[in-house]
Amino acid sequence: MSDVTLDPAGHDTPAPQKRKSRFRQVFARDQKAQFGLTVLGLFIFGAIFAPIIAPYDPNEMTLNMMAGPSGENVLGTDDLGRDLFSRILHGTQISLFVGVATVSLALFFGVLLGVVAGYFGGWIDSVIMRYIDLQWAFPNFIIAVYLVAVFGTGLLNVIVAIALAFLDDFARVARSMVLSLKQEQFIDAARVQGFSHLRIMVRHILPNAMAPIIVLATVSVSYAILGEATLSFLGLGVSTDTPTWGLILADGRSFISRAWWLGVFPGLAIMLVVLSINFIGDALRDALDVRDTDV
Amino acid sequence: MPLLEIDNLSVSVVHDAIETPLVRGISYEVSTGEILALVGESGSGKSVSSLAIMGLLASALRVKHGSIKFEGHDLLVQSDEQMRQIRGRDISMVFQEPMTSLNPVRNIGSQIMESIEENLGLTRKQAKTRAIDLLKEVGVADAERRLKQYPHHFSGGMRQRVMIAIALAADPKLIIADEPTTALDVTIQAQILDLMSRICREHGTAMILITHNLGIVARYAQRVNVMYGGRIVEAGRARDLYAAPRHPYTEGLLQSVPRLDQDRSIPLRPIQGSPADPFAEISGCRFHPRCPYAEPICRSKAPEFEGGLACHFPLSQSAKEAV
Repeated sequence: MSDVTLDPAGHDTPAPQKRKSRFRQVFARDQKAQFGLTVLGLFIFGAIFAPIIAPYDPNEMTLNMMAGPSGENVLGTDDLGRDLFSRILHGTQISLFVGVATVSLALFFGVLLGVVAGYFGGWIDSVIMRYIDLQWAFPNFIIAVYLVAVFGTGLLNVIVAIALAFLDDFARVARSMVLSLKQEQFIDAARVQGFSHLRIMVRHILPNAMAPIIVLATVSVSYAILGEATLSFLGLGVSTDTPTWGLILADGRSFISRAWWLGVFPGLAIMLVVLSINFIGDALRDALDVRDTDV
Repeated sequence: MPLLEIDNLSVSVVHDAIETPLVRGISYEVSTGEILALVGESGSGKSVSSLAIMGLLASALRVKHGSIKFEGHDLLVQSDEQMRQIRGRDISMVFQEPMTSLNPVRNIGSQIMESIEENLGLTRKQAKTRAIDLLKEVGVADAERRLKQYPHHFSGGMRQRVMIAIALAADPKLIIADEPTTALDVTIQAQILDLMSRICREHGTAMILITHNLGIVARYAQRVNVMYGGRIVEAGRARDLYAAPRHPYTEGLLQSVPRLDQDRSIPLRPIQGSPADPFAEISGCRFHPRCPYAEPICRSKAPEFEGGLACHFPLSQSAKEAV
């Protein structure tokens, strides 16, 4: 056919490359994002190799109590003589794991609810969204505290509690994306091909709705880490013998006037990780071209 | 037995318990391998009636009465699941707007192959071979490489070719083309229509070609239904209708577009007024407010559809001379 050759030359850049280079461009320009990637990378590395890197057993008590940072104990020791550096390093595992697991769970179920509500509309939408509204009326943290108080502490309960608290955000974003996407003609085109509702939702709508969801997920990881720290600080965390950041902070609270390192270093760890993830989230938002109003 | 048989189909839009008819009892047939054109202005009910065939009417739209028989089975009584099986496999559709009919984040190959895998149950590898064949058939050069490309790499005409390939994926018996060339350049329009009519001929596929341009259908459609205000006002063979329109609206449509076979000194004559508002009460023949030949009876009594025409005063040479 003759119009093949008429196709404008500008149409020839293959798309996958274009998208990848966009990520690269944004991250190459954005120094905060580079800082975020580096710091987060170090923490992830530390979390994975914690047992090897950590100079001491995080729960090993010594008589060298509340010693300041020194060559022997890089970040000092706590009131029971445990090495702070080793404890924070092991706490990284829990914190990052809780952050990622929580958001994965919230993302999966939140997006599921949001997509189903937006796609089918009608009474299904009403029922789901009234529940989401109900949950939205409570501060996230209150829900998490309530759930842990009812179901008890422990890693799984903490993850479920924080995930449930974040679920409504994902449901809202997913639903709003679906509402606009289902008006698109390519969805009609999918329907006339006889595709099932499930296939249309998963293969046709969802890929187009992912950009704001990814950005929201990134930001939520940092909130989840803060949430876990807060729960641990209140004694509603994973458990009293697992050194999480919140727990270390809580233990050090009573000695803050005599041993500043017990408050500063775990707090610094939380701050650095949360800040890094937020920087990365901002860069992703630019790269994926998500409007601020979407998230 | 005709492939598709629509009998007295009426579709209404329901809003706040008020029903407004959009399609007012239309009947027509499509035979195997035939190209039938549905011609009319926006709001004449041509798209709504075809969405009714697909069973994809918006929730506010209801079929009030009538039947749509496809190969003898009434589509209106099929379950959702049965209709899903029919869509894509037996009846497929090409839309007006090729720029937005493809999923922007998935490559062309996956979109064509998905339709093939779903509707024909082929393996991924077989589907790929068929997708390449289909792209070649619709005139996309370098098909194998193009499978990996995304919609934004394709021009409007090329996207419409891809949409046609997708519509053809399961070798359907009927394709509904809803203004397939309206959004395209004039030069591309003819190529796409040529392609579609060639495909129908070679595959023995029937096609309902929905358009508002009576001029372009004459070359491709065997028969034409002219719709106005939710009714078919004139039906007939394309050649006859083109040469000697009997309904004043058909004549108006023909006079309002330029024709190559006509003296260029004859000015184009637009149809006066605006299309019939479905929400307005119009007594008698719905075309009478715009009809240059209207008589008192046109205002009071709606003409019956008889012998392929719904008009109290069909045009003949004598009527034309009188004006």
